[in-house]
Amino acid sequence: MADFEIPVLNEYTRTPDLKKGVMAHLKPFVAKEVLQQPLNFPGELVENWEEKAVAKLGELKGKYRSLQVFLDICVKCGACTDKCHYYLGTSDAKNMPVARQDLLRQVYRRYYTFAGKFWAKLGMPWMVGAKDMTKDVLDDWYSYYHQCSQCRRCSVYCPYGIDTAEISMAAREIMDSIGVGQKYCNEIIGKVYKIGNNLGLPEPALADTLEGLEEEVKADTGVDVKFPLDVKGADILLITPSADFFAEPHVDGLIGYAKVFHEAGVNWTMSSYASEAANFGMFIGSYENMRRISRRIRKAALDLGVKRIVFGECGHAWRVAYSFLNTLAGPWDFLDPRYPVPQHICEFTFDLMKQGKLEFDKSQNDHRVMTYHDSCNVARASRMGDKPGGQMTIPREIIKATCNNFHDMPKDTIGEATFCCGGGGGLLTDDLMEVRVKGAQPRMEALKNVVDNNGVTHMAAICAICKAQFTKVLPYYGFTMDQIVSVHQLVSDAIVLNRKTD
Amino acid sequence: MGIEVNGKTYETDEEGYLANLSEWNPEVGSAMAKLDNCDLTESHWEVINFLREYYEEYQIAPAVRVLTKAIGKKLGPDKGNSKYLYELFPYGPGKQACKYAGLPKPTGCV
Repeated sequence: MADFEIPVLNEYTRTPDLKKGVMAHLKPFVAKEVLQQPLNFPGELVENWEEKAVAKLGELKGKYRSLQVFLDICVKCGACTDKCHYYLGTSDAKNMPVARQDLLRQVYRRYYTFAGKFWAKLGMPWMVGAKDMTKDVLDDWYSYYHQCSQCRRCSVYCPYGIDTAEISMAAREIMDSIGVGQKYCNEIIGKVYKIGNNLGLPEPALADTLEGLEEEVKADTGVDVKFPLDVKGADILLITPSADFFAEPHVDGLIGYAKVFHEAGVNWTMSSYASEAANFGMFIGSYENMRRISRRIRKAALDLGVKRIVFGECGHAWRVAYSFLNTLAGPWDFLDPRYPVPQHICEFTFDLMKQGKLEFDKSQNDHRVMTYHDSCNVARASRMGDKPGGQMTIPREIIKATCNNFHDMPKDTIGEATFCCGGGGGLLTDDLMEVRVKGAQPRMEALKNVVDNNGVTHMAAICAICKAQFTKVLPYYGFTMDQIVSVHQLVSDAIVLNRKTD
Repeated sequence: MGIEVNGKTYETDEEGYLANLSEWNPEVGSAMAKLDNCDLTESHWEVINFLREYYEEYQIAPAVRVLTKAIGKKLGPDKGNSKYLYELFPYGPGKQACKYAGLPKPTGCV
């Protein structure tokens, strides 16, 4: 099944013995010129790239104060070392967060600290952990900054709160700026600009797909649940990952949102222009590209004249939406201020539940014993509802309202401490399958725990990447691909349509 | 990179997908499948032909539900599901079948 060793699942997560360089061979495909150009990046390694990389680092540390602080402040306490799923799954020393950070920090120290410059003059930059910008360093960056899913678990345990994700993003931005981009992310961003979504799904195909879903729901339930597209004057614009149109189990979540909108009796629409929630601009650390992608949502909202924006199940999209959308694409003063701008579909469904406007027949999910995988960007980089931790409790409340059987995985693997699925941050590509499978080990161990002890049969998630990643990696660990489901798939199966109201 | 069929070399990308989609012919599809130790049967071709028809009209591979529905209509409801498609194309109907059909690889969170 695989040309690499698949980790053995233990009863609990063990810290492996360090191995040097065992993952150094893994590098994702490099983006060719045709994929770099639409993002305004050079098509190949530029001349004097060493100087330009160092200058770009200088620019970024000036622009993002956090980056300079993170590079300065590490005291090598080691608290982060055993917290990264990629280190736990691969044993490679450079996959320890501090080691990953040091790949950039050594260059920072060499060119931007007195100590680094001084010792470099004496020919001994290594005395202070400084290193020249060389091809070997660049190769290490390309390899190990693409073995970080920017999940931020390490930052939770760092006493200084150093965020490795920001360092990874900066490194990728520097590499893009000298012409070394990653094919997977950059091809996808280009498709958003050209067609409107990560998949490259054009409007006629999208319309045809949605029409098919209407027929499917009608055949299943006898109810006319609509999947509207480009409806001017609708109240709500749904922005959802394009995987929701295309793949399983994503599409079952989309059907769930549509049923909730139907029961709410709201006037909603999707947009063929902004047919993507994902924003891979964040993964490559490019503010400009993140902004360009976000502005499409603004344009769609204005063109369609909507009053509210709701986001579907997509982890990093919700981070961008919740944390950055206002500065990237605001002001949103044309939207209805009585509702969150933007709102998550889980918040939308949860609100209706609280108002007693949804009825569920939980027995429809009795063939499932559920657990819930917190997606990293939702758990550690956003919020839902009006209470701290709402991003953890609201999805669980929805699952418990729609299913009779629910068990959480061990505490140190969920909530703020959640383990990444292994495919986040722009790593969800076949050329990185080895690190995806190995990085999934801690999550698979936690899942096995509740499967063995509580009879759990399915795991739900609210992120398109998590869903696609688990579909692929579950079979490597003896599970089946259909054990991962969408949260709104559970809603879809349990919701009572056209319920009688007084 | 490329794949040689009947003395002609067809350019492919890093993952073995055809670079120039208009160059495709059934022999190229079969040759690609052979490289993956997969012998294409009549059942495989039914899927591949549908993918090509759909791509011609919409410039994208069909979504999984569009595909299962079409296959179900053609070959009976017991085959209109992703389980059947995964039996034919264990690496995923989206990616593996697209490759043999000469379509670009679906990208994104799929």
